[in-house]
Amino acid sequence: MKCSSCGERDGVVSLTQIVEGDVRTVSLCAKCAAEKGIETGVGVADTPLGGFLAALGEAAGPDQALAAALEIACPGCGATLKDFRETGRVGCAQCYSAFDAPLRELLRRLHGSTHHTGRKYAGGERPREREAPRQDNARELREQLRRAIASEQFELAAELRDRLRDRE
Amino acid sequence: MIDLSLLPDGGMAWLEASGPGSHLVVSTRVRLARNLEPHRFATRSDAAERERILAEVQSAAADTSGLGRAVRFRLDQLEAADRQLLHERHLVSRELAAIEPGGKVRPGGGLLVQDQASVMVNEEDHLRLQALRSGFALESAWDLVATLDSELGQRLAFAFHPEFGYLTSCPTNVGTGLRASVLVHLPGLVLTKEINKILQALTQVGLTFRGLYGEGSEVVGNLFQLSNQTTLGKSETELLDHLGKLVRQVMEHEERARQIMLRDATAIIEDKVWRAYGLLRYARTLSFDETMNLLSGVRLGVGLGLLPNVGMYALNKLLVFSQPAHLAAAQGRALAEDELPIRRAAYVRQTLEEEVGRRRPSTGAPPT
Repeated sequence: MKCSSCGERDGVVSLTQIVEGDVRTVSLCAKCAAEKGIETGVGVADTPLGGFLAALGEAAGPDQALAAALEIACPGCGATLKDFRETGRVGCAQCYSAFDAPLRELLRRLHGSTHHTGRKYAGGERPREREAPRQDNARELREQLRRAIASEQFELAAELRDRLRDRE
Repeated sequence: MIDLSLLPDGGMAWLEASGPGSHLVVSTRVRLARNLEPHRFATRSDAAERERILAEVQSAAADTSGLGRAVRFRLDQLEAADRQLLHERHLVSRELAAIEPGGKVRPGGGLLVQDQASVMVNEEDHLRLQALRSGFALESAWDLVATLDSELGQRLAFAFHPEFGYLTSCPTNVGTGLRASVLVHLPGLVLTKEINKILQALTQVGLTFRGLYGEGSEVVGNLFQLSNQTTLGKSETELLDHLGKLVRQVMEHEERARQIMLRDATAIIEDKVWRAYGLLRYARTLSFDETMNLLSGVRLGVGLGLLPNVGMYALNKLLVFSQPAHLAAAQGRALAEDELPIRRAAYVRQTLEEEVGRRRPSTGAPPT
């Protein structure tokens, strides 16, 4: 079945809508579904880096800014986002703080969540020198929220909204 | 050549077909990916750092009950044939064994094995804790690996993020770092052509499938490794319960498919099973793929009670021992490419003959 939105690609997800008691089922391709903020589970897991770079492009704006963002190095290991794009592997634990926004977006796309709910690590015998979790800057969050809405990333927008609300 | 007799049962208790559901499930594996907070991950670390990582893990492991008596291997000090042997036994990944032509062994690559638990060091992550059990045994495999995780976690500083959980080299493993997989034999679903529908349905509910040797390996002999796709957002128990529930459903579908085949196509199935057995019992050359496919037919026959003279344990052992490094080890020398199919056929024949001798009912007078 062709996608009911673009009519070009094959539909990969069926969406059942109930409007005033009327049941309608439409089929959407991965791209159109993503644009409407519907998780299909298709394509996303296959090309995590593709999705990641798309998110990065949206966050960084014009190409020049993207190129600059790719060169920023992690203070822990010196790896850049460009390295990550090439290897698909993160350089060290600190990378997850250094590249918080794009990696957070990638984790959300890969796993559908960014919140670990499993075993909590109590820590080893050695003193651990982890920096305190970075306080979200309200202005930065509002700016991220604006960009998320502009690029129609509604799940991310909802998460950012909740984080803003928590702060206030 | 390395001496694997150092390992009690050769690290292969998972082959013994003693676990639950052994007529359908060969083995269950649970692994946890862990990294050491202060060290750079695999793609950024140099040889000296890898040495330190290996030393730290070995020293921490020596104090644990789970690995205190572990047999240790250094992959970077082993010959290619030995690395392949460990890989064929499912003790090290293809990546750590570096068995691809032109593959380079990473410095500091290590393996610690004790009973049914093991740790790979300096693989994609600093530590890959794994437990391998016979049959369908998610719970006991998890218990084993969870204990090991707790013990090592008290002695090492694992990289853990308050929100994301355990941090890993590849973001696909972040969170729990848990990948559980069940190696299940599904000839019924393949023969009734239902398999694609089922695999597709599984991928839509967060599961993935692979071949006998995990990521990147092809499905041979109708053996599918079913495992969880995501690692973050659900607890370990939720991930295991979800996988367990779906594997049980797949097993029910498989049982049903087998019963339908046996009811509607008895002669065809019996013929398939006995032909597979006949070829394995008498062929003079066997390729690896052909062996796997014939073993699938025989395994199906044993599961359906059609072949009285073969046990699942022998079939499981053939999965491992009919592979190149094991055939070479049995001969005590490297085997040429054209010699392998001959040696394999000889080994399979001998194993099946011994099975007949072992399982034939005694003709002597019953003990009084």
